Amino acid sequence: MNLKKMTFRAVVLLLAMNSTAALAAAEDYIIDTKGAHAFIQFKIKHLGYSWLYGRFDTFSGTMKIDEKNPENSSIEITVDTASLNSNHAERDKHLRGEDFLNVKKYPTSTFKSTSVKKTGEGTGLLTGELTLHGVTKSIEVPISYVGGGKDPWGGYRHGFTGSTTLKLKDYGIDYNLGPASTEVELLLDIEAIKL
Amino acid sequence: MSLRWFNTASHYGLVAIIMHWLMAMTVIGLFALGWWMTELTYYDVWYRRGPELHKAIGIILFGVWVLRLSWRQINAKPSPLAHHKPWEIWAAKIAHLLLYLLMLLVFVSGYMISTADGRSIEVFGLFSVPAFVTAIENQEDLAGDIHFYLACSLIGLALIHGIAAIKHHLFDQDNTLRRMFNPNLKD
Repeated sequence: MNLKKMTFRAVVLLLAMNSTAALAAAEDYIIDTKGAHAFIQFKIKHLGYSWLYGRFDTFSGTMKIDEKNPENSSIEITVDTASLNSNHAERDKHLRGEDFLNVKKYPTSTFKSTSVKKTGEGTGLLTGELTLHGVTKSIEVPISYVGGGKDPWGGYRHGFTGSTTLKLKDYGIDYNLGPASTEVELLLDIEAIKL
Repeated sequence: MSLRWFNTASHYGLVAIIMHWLMAMTVIGLFALGWWMTELTYYDVWYRRGPELHKAIGIILFGVWVLRLSWRQINAKPSPLAHHKPWEIWAAKIAHLLLYLLMLLVFVSGYMISTADGRSIEVFGLFSVPAFVTAIENQEDLAGDIHFYLACSLIGLALIHGIAAIKHHLFDQDNTLRRMFNPNLKD
Protein backbone atom coordinates (compact mmCIF):
# COMPACT_ATOMS: atom_id res chain seq x y z
CA MET A 1 0.00 0.00 0.00
CA ASN A 2 1.45 3.30 -1.03
CA LEU A 3 1.38 6.46 0.94
CA LYS A 4 -1.19 8.07 -1.32
CA LYS A 5 -3.74 5.29 -0.75
CA MET A 6 -3.14 5.32 3.02
CA THR A 7 -3.72 9.04 3.24
CA PHE A 8 -6.92 8.69 1.21
CA ARG A 9 -8.24 5.96 3.54
CA ALA A 10 -7.40 8.00 6.62
CA VAL A 11 -9.28 11.01 5.25
CA VAL A 12 -12.32 8.86 4.36
CA LEU A 13 -12.27 7.34 7.83
CA LEU A 14 -12.02 10.72 9.51
CA LEU A 15 -14.92 12.10 7.47
CA ALA A 16 -17.01 9.06 8.29
CA MET A 17 -16.30 9.37 12.01
CA ASN A 18 -17.05 13.03 11.88
CA SER A 19 -20.47 12.58 10.27
CA THR A 20 -21.40 9.76 12.68
CA ALA A 21 -20.52 12.03 15.58
CA ALA A 22 -22.64 14.80 14.08
CA LEU A 23 -25.63 12.50 13.68
CA ALA A 24 -25.39 11.25 17.23
CA ALA A 25 -25.49 14.70 18.80
CA ALA A 26 -28.36 17.18 18.78
CA GLU A 27 -27.85 19.91 16.24
CA ASP A 28 -28.70 23.58 16.55
CA TYR A 29 -31.76 24.98 14.81
CA ILE A 30 -33.37 28.38 14.77
CA ILE A 31 -37.13 28.78 14.67
CA ASP A 32 -38.10 30.35 11.37
CA THR A 33 -39.78 33.50 12.65
CA LYS A 34 -37.94 35.56 10.04
CA GLY A 35 -39.80 33.81 7.24
CA ALA A 36 -42.90 33.48 9.47
CA HIS A 37 -43.08 29.71 9.27
CA ALA A 38 -43.84 29.46 12.94
CA PHE A 39 -47.02 30.43 14.76
CA ILE A 40 -48.03 30.76 18.38
CA GLN A 41 -51.77 30.99 18.43
CA PHE A 42 -54.43 30.66 21.07
CA LYS A 43 -58.11 30.02 21.11
CA ILE A 44 -60.64 30.64 23.82
CA LYS A 45 -64.39 30.28 23.87
CA HIS A 46 -66.48 33.41 23.55
CA LEU A 47 -69.45 33.11 25.92
CA GLY A 48 -69.33 29.39 25.21
CA TYR A 49 -70.83 30.12 21.80
CA SER A 50 -67.82 30.22 19.49
CA TRP A 51 -64.03 30.06 19.34
CA LEU A 52 -61.99 33.22 19.35
CA TYR A 53 -58.51 32.97 17.82
CA GLY A 54 -55.51 35.18 18.49
CA ARG A 55 -51.79 34.96 18.05
CA PHE A 56 -48.49 36.43 19.12
CA ASP A 57 -46.83 38.16 16.19
CA THR A 58 -43.35 38.53 17.71
CA PHE A 59 -41.31 35.71 19.26
CA SER A 60 -38.03 33.95 18.75
CA GLY A 61 -36.56 30.62 19.65
CA THR A 62 -34.03 27.92 19.12
CA MET A 63 -34.13 24.14 19.03
CA LYS A 64 -31.72 21.32 19.37
CA ILE A 65 -32.85 18.40 17.26
CA ASP A 66 -31.37 14.94 17.47
CA GLU A 67 -32.62 13.00 14.47
CA LYS A 68 -31.38 9.62 15.74
CA ASN A 69 -32.56 10.10 19.28
CA PRO A 70 -35.46 12.61 19.38
CA GLU A 71 -35.61 12.44 23.19
CA ASN A 72 -32.29 14.27 23.17
CA SER A 73 -33.97 17.31 21.53
CA SER A 74 -34.97 20.56 23.19
CA ILE A 75 -36.63 23.91 22.50
CA GLU A 76 -36.57 27.42 23.93
CA ILE A 77 -39.02 30.17 22.97
CA THR A 78 -39.33 33.79 24.07
CA VAL A 79 -42.58 35.58 23.26
CA ASP A 80 -43.13 39.34 23.18
CA THR A 81 -46.47 39.48 25.00
CA ALA A 82 -47.27 42.96 23.66
CA SER A 83 -47.36 41.47 20.15
CA LEU A 84 -50.71 39.85 20.93
CA ASN A 85 -53.06 40.21 17.98
CA SER A 86 -56.68 39.12 17.88
CA ASN A 87 -57.58 41.35 14.94
CA HIS A 88 -59.38 43.91 17.12
CA ALA A 89 -57.41 46.85 18.55
CA GLU A 90 -59.76 47.57 21.46
CA ARG A 91 -59.75 43.92 22.53
CA ASP A 92 -55.97 43.65 22.11
CA LYS A 93 -55.55 46.72 24.31
CA HIS A 94 -57.71 45.10 26.96
CA LEU A 95 -55.88 41.75 26.73
CA ARG A 96 -52.50 43.50 27.06
CA GLY A 97 -53.70 45.50 30.06
CA GLU A 98 -53.80 44.72 33.75
CA ASP A 99 -56.95 42.59 33.53
CA PHE A 100 -55.07 39.99 31.49
CA LEU A 101 -51.42 39.76 30.40
CA ASN A 102 -50.22 43.04 31.96
CA VAL A 103 -47.52 43.33 29.30
CA LYS A 104 -45.95 46.43 30.83
CA LYS A 105 -45.04 44.42 33.91
CA TYR A 106 -44.53 41.10 32.10
CA PRO A 107 -43.23 41.97 28.63
CA THR A 108 -42.05 38.45 27.83
CA SER A 109 -43.30 34.94 28.23
CA THR A 110 -40.88 32.05 27.90
CA PHE A 111 -40.98 28.33 27.38
CA LYS A 112 -37.97 26.09 28.04
CA SER A 113 -38.32 22.38 27.50
CA THR A 114 -37.13 20.01 30.20
CA SER A 115 -37.80 16.72 28.45
CA VAL A 116 -39.05 15.15 25.25
CA LYS A 117 -40.58 11.69 25.29
CA LYS A 118 -41.39 9.65 22.24
CA THR A 119 -44.98 8.39 22.44
CA GLY A 120 -45.38 6.85 19.01
CA GLU A 121 -44.35 7.08 15.40
CA GLY A 122 -43.86 10.82 14.84
CA THR A 123 -45.48 11.82 18.12
CA GLY A 124 -44.08 12.87 21.44
CA LEU A 125 -44.72 14.60 24.71
CA LEU A 126 -42.87 17.84 25.28
CA THR A 127 -42.50 18.90 28.91
CA GLY A 128 -41.18 22.29 29.93
CA GLU A 129 -41.36 25.37 32.07
CA LEU A 130 -43.81 28.02 30.88
CA THR A 131 -43.48 31.50 32.35
CA LEU A 132 -46.58 33.57 31.72
CA HIS A 133 -47.84 36.63 33.59
CA GLY A 134 -44.92 36.19 36.02
CA VAL A 135 -45.95 32.65 36.95
CA THR A 136 -43.75 29.67 36.07
CA LYS A 137 -45.35 26.26 35.73
CA SER A 138 -44.38 22.95 34.25
CA ILE A 139 -46.63 22.09 31.32
CA GLU A 140 -46.98 19.15 28.97
CA VAL A 141 -47.50 19.65 25.25
CA PRO A 142 -48.36 16.67 23.07
CA ILE A 143 -46.55 17.22 19.79
CA SER A 144 -46.35 15.58 16.44
CA TYR A 145 -43.76 15.72 13.73
CA VAL A 146 -45.10 17.20 10.51
CA GLY A 147 -42.13 16.80 8.21
CA GLY A 148 -38.61 17.82 7.42
CA GLY A 149 -35.63 17.63 5.13
CA LYS A 150 -33.93 19.80 2.57
CA ASP A 151 -35.64 22.99 1.49
CA PRO A 152 -35.43 24.26 -2.11
CA TRP A 153 -32.92 27.00 -1.16
CA GLY A 154 -30.06 24.94 0.25
CA GLY A 155 -31.25 24.78 3.85
CA TYR A 156 -32.50 22.00 6.08
CA ARG A 157 -35.65 22.14 8.18
CA HIS A 158 -37.98 20.27 10.49
CA GLY A 159 -41.54 21.15 11.46
CA PHE A 160 -43.74 20.23 14.39
CA THR A 161 -47.22 20.96 15.65
CA GLY A 162 -48.62 20.74 19.14
CA SER A 163 -51.20 22.15 21.49
CA THR A 164 -51.99 22.31 25.16
CA THR A 165 -54.66 23.80 27.39
CA LEU A 166 -53.96 26.29 30.15
CA LYS A 167 -56.21 27.39 32.99
CA LEU A 168 -56.00 31.19 33.07
CA LYS A 169 -56.39 31.18 36.85
CA ASP A 170 -53.22 29.07 37.21
CA TYR A 171 -51.34 32.04 35.81
CA GLY A 172 -53.00 34.63 38.02
CA ILE A 173 -55.42 35.83 35.32
CA ASP A 174 -58.86 35.83 36.88
CA TYR A 175 -60.89 38.36 34.90
CA ASN A 176 -64.37 36.94 34.54
CA LEU A 177 -65.07 36.04 30.93
CA GLY A 178 -67.78 33.62 31.94
CA PRO A 179 -67.79 29.96 32.96
CA ALA A 180 -67.08 28.69 29.43
CA SER A 181 -63.97 30.82 29.03
CA THR A 182 -61.66 29.91 31.91
CA GLU A 183 -59.28 27.90 29.76
CA VAL A 184 -57.25 28.86 26.74
CA GLU A 185 -55.78 26.46 24.20
CA LEU A 186 -52.28 27.23 22.98
CA LEU A 187 -51.50 26.12 19.44
CA LEU A 188 -47.85 25.80 18.46
CA ASP A 189 -46.69 25.38 14.90
CA ILE A 190 -42.94 25.48 14.62
CA GLU A 191 -40.61 25.17 11.66
CA ALA A 192 -36.92 25.28 12.51
CA ILE A 193 -33.94 25.78 10.21
CA LYS A 194 -30.63 24.05 10.83
CA LEU A 195 -27.84 26.49 11.58
CA MET B 1 -84.50 93.58 24.78
CA SER B 2 -83.17 91.43 22.03
CA LEU B 3 -80.92 88.46 22.59
CA ARG B 4 -77.26 89.08 21.92
CA TRP B 5 -76.04 86.17 19.76
CA PHE B 6 -72.61 87.57 18.92
CA ASN B 7 -69.78 88.53 21.23
CA THR B 8 -68.97 92.19 21.85
CA ALA B 9 -65.85 93.83 23.24
CA SER B 10 -67.24 93.41 26.76
CA HIS B 11 -69.76 90.55 26.58
CA TYR B 12 -69.97 86.95 25.49
CA GLY B 13 -72.84 86.34 23.11
CA LEU B 14 -75.43 83.61 23.60
CA VAL B 15 -73.80 81.22 21.08
CA ALA B 16 -70.42 81.33 22.84
CA ILE B 17 -72.10 80.94 26.23
CA ILE B 18 -74.18 77.94 25.17
CA MET B 19 -71.20 76.22 23.53
CA HIS B 20 -69.06 76.87 26.62
CA TRP B 21 -71.48 75.23 29.04
CA LEU B 22 -72.50 72.48 26.66
CA MET B 23 -68.86 71.50 26.16
CA ALA B 24 -68.04 71.84 29.86
CA MET B 25 -70.83 69.44 30.83
CA THR B 26 -70.05 67.04 27.99
CA VAL B 27 -66.33 66.92 28.79
CA ILE B 28 -67.07 66.15 32.44
CA GLY B 29 -69.71 63.61 31.41
CA LEU B 30 -67.36 61.88 28.96
CA PHE B 31 -64.61 61.76 31.59
CA ALA B 32 -66.97 60.13 34.09
CA LEU B 33 -68.33 57.73 31.46
CA GLY B 34 -64.80 56.82 30.33
CA TRP B 35 -63.69 56.15 33.89
CA TRP B 36 -66.77 54.09 34.70
CA MET B 37 -66.98 52.06 31.49
CA THR B 38 -63.37 50.86 31.71
CA GLU B 39 -64.13 49.39 35.15
CA LEU B 40 -67.15 47.41 33.94
CA THR B 41 -67.11 43.63 33.89
CA TYR B 42 -67.56 41.56 30.76
CA TYR B 43 -71.13 40.55 31.54
CA ASP B 44 -72.36 44.08 32.22
CA VAL B 45 -74.96 45.37 29.72
CA TRP B 46 -73.00 48.63 29.52
CA TYR B 47 -69.74 46.83 28.69
CA ARG B 48 -70.48 47.45 25.01
CA ARG B 49 -72.96 50.34 25.21
CA GLY B 50 -70.66 52.52 27.34
CA PRO B 51 -67.77 52.66 24.87
CA GLU B 52 -70.15 53.07 21.90
CA LEU B 53 -71.77 56.07 23.56
CA HIS B 54 -68.40 57.49 24.66
CA LYS B 55 -67.01 57.31 21.12
CA ALA B 56 -70.11 58.72 19.41
CA ILE B 57 -70.42 61.66 21.82
CA GLY B 58 -66.67 62.28 21.53
CA ILE B 59 -66.89 62.57 17.75
CA ILE B 60 -69.82 64.98 17.96
CA LEU B 61 -68.00 67.02 20.60
CA PHE B 62 -65.05 67.34 18.25
CA GLY B 63 -67.46 68.85 15.70
CA VAL B 64 -68.67 71.33 18.31
CA TRP B 65 -65.02 72.10 19.16
CA VAL B 66 -64.37 73.04 15.52
CA LEU B 67 -67.52 75.21 15.46
CA ARG B 68 -66.57 76.87 18.71
CA LEU B 69 -63.07 77.77 17.57
CA SER B 70 -64.42 79.04 14.24
CA TRP B 71 -67.01 81.11 16.07
CA ARG B 72 -64.27 82.46 18.31
CA GLN B 73 -62.28 83.55 15.25
CA ILE B 74 -65.10 85.42 13.51
CA ASN B 75 -66.34 87.12 16.69
CA ALA B 76 -65.13 89.99 18.79
CA LYS B 77 -63.07 88.88 21.80
CA PRO B 78 -64.49 90.21 25.05
CA SER B 79 -61.59 91.93 26.79
CA PRO B 80 -60.59 90.92 30.31
CA LEU B 81 -62.10 92.91 33.15
CA ALA B 82 -60.20 96.17 33.68
CA HIS B 83 -59.11 95.54 37.26
CA HIS B 84 -57.60 92.09 36.57
CA LYS B 85 -53.85 92.00 37.08
CA PRO B 86 -51.59 91.40 34.05
CA TRP B 87 -50.46 88.00 35.36
CA GLU B 88 -54.08 86.94 35.86
CA ILE B 89 -54.90 87.93 32.30
CA TRP B 90 -51.91 86.01 30.96
CA ALA B 91 -52.60 82.95 33.11
CA ALA B 92 -56.22 82.93 31.98
CA LYS B 93 -55.23 83.26 28.34
CA ILE B 94 -52.74 80.39 28.56
CA ALA B 95 -55.25 78.24 30.46
CA HIS B 96 -57.93 78.85 27.82
CA LEU B 97 -55.58 77.94 24.97
CA LEU B 98 -54.40 74.84 26.86
CA LEU B 99 -58.01 73.76 27.44
CA TYR B 100 -58.67 73.94 23.70
CA LEU B 101 -55.41 72.13 22.92
CA LEU B 102 -55.96 69.39 25.49
CA MET B 103 -59.48 68.80 24.22
CA LEU B 104 -58.16 68.39 20.69
CA LEU B 105 -55.42 65.98 21.79
CA VAL B 106 -57.90 63.94 23.83
CA PHE B 107 -60.22 63.71 20.79
CA VAL B 108 -57.38 62.63 18.49
CA SER B 109 -55.85 60.09 20.90
CA GLY B 110 -59.25 58.56 21.65
CA TYR B 111 -60.00 58.29 17.94
CA MET B 112 -56.63 56.60 17.40
CA ILE B 113 -57.38 53.86 19.94
CA SER B 114 -60.55 52.68 18.26
CA THR B 115 -59.35 53.08 14.69
CA ALA B 116 -55.91 51.47 15.24
CA ASP B 117 -56.96 48.30 13.42
CA GLY B 118 -58.64 50.11 10.54
CA ARG B 119 -62.13 49.94 12.04
CA SER B 120 -64.23 53.06 11.77
CA ILE B 121 -66.18 54.75 14.57
CA GLU B 122 -69.96 54.56 14.36
CA VAL B 123 -71.87 57.63 15.48
CA PHE B 124 -75.37 56.57 16.54
CA GLY B 125 -75.87 54.77 13.24
CA LEU B 126 -75.97 58.16 11.50
CA PHE B 127 -72.51 58.14 9.99
CA SER B 128 -69.13 56.60 10.65
CA VAL B 129 -65.68 58.11 10.83
CA PRO B 130 -63.10 56.01 8.98
CA ALA B 131 -59.64 55.09 10.26
CA PHE B 132 -56.84 57.32 9.12
CA VAL B 133 -53.65 56.36 10.99
CA THR B 134 -53.14 52.65 11.67
CA ALA B 135 -49.43 52.03 11.20
CA ILE B 136 -48.02 53.01 14.60
CA GLU B 137 -46.74 49.99 16.52
CA ASN B 138 -49.10 49.06 19.36
CA GLN B 139 -51.02 52.21 18.47
CA GLU B 140 -54.03 51.36 20.64
CA ASP B 141 -51.86 51.04 23.77
CA LEU B 142 -49.85 54.21 23.14
CA ALA B 143 -52.95 56.21 22.19
CA GLY B 144 -54.73 54.75 25.23
CA ASP B 145 -52.05 55.97 27.64
CA ILE B 146 -52.00 59.41 26.03
CA HIS B 147 -55.82 59.59 26.07
CA PHE B 148 -55.95 58.72 29.78
CA TYR B 149 -53.25 61.11 31.00
CA LEU B 150 -54.36 64.03 28.83
CA ALA B 151 -58.00 63.54 29.85
CA CYS B 152 -56.90 63.69 33.51
CA SER B 153 -54.87 66.84 32.74
CA LEU B 154 -57.86 68.38 30.98
CA ILE B 155 -60.13 67.74 33.95
CA GLY B 156 -57.44 69.06 36.33
CA LEU B 157 -57.05 72.26 34.32
CA ALA B 158 -60.83 72.66 34.00
CA LEU B 159 -61.04 72.38 37.77
CA ILE B 160 -58.47 75.17 38.22
CA HIS B 161 -60.35 77.21 35.59
CA GLY B 162 -63.58 76.72 37.57
CA ILE B 163 -61.97 77.53 40.91
CA ALA B 164 -60.52 80.73 39.43
CA ALA B 165 -63.97 81.77 38.16
CA ILE B 166 -65.53 81.11 41.57
CA LYS B 167 -62.71 83.05 43.22
CA HIS B 168 -63.46 86.09 41.03
CA HIS B 169 -67.16 85.73 41.79
CA LEU B 170 -67.00 85.26 45.56
CA PHE B 171 -63.85 87.12 46.63
CA ASP B 172 -63.39 89.81 43.97
CA GLN B 173 -67.18 90.01 43.42
CA ASP B 174 -66.68 90.94 39.76
CA ASN B 175 -68.49 89.97 36.56
CA THR B 176 -66.08 87.22 35.40
CA LEU B 177 -68.51 84.39 36.06
CA ARG B 178 -71.70 86.41 35.59
CA ARG B 179 -70.87 87.35 32.01
CA MET B 180 -70.45 83.65 31.18
CA PHE B 181 -74.17 83.27 31.97
CA ASN B 182 -75.78 86.50 30.83
CA PRO B 183 -75.17 88.00 27.38
CA ASN B 184 -77.06 91.17 28.34
CA LEU B 185 -75.29 91.84 31.62
CA LYS B 186 -75.44 95.48 32.83
CA ASP B 187 -72.00 96.85 33.72
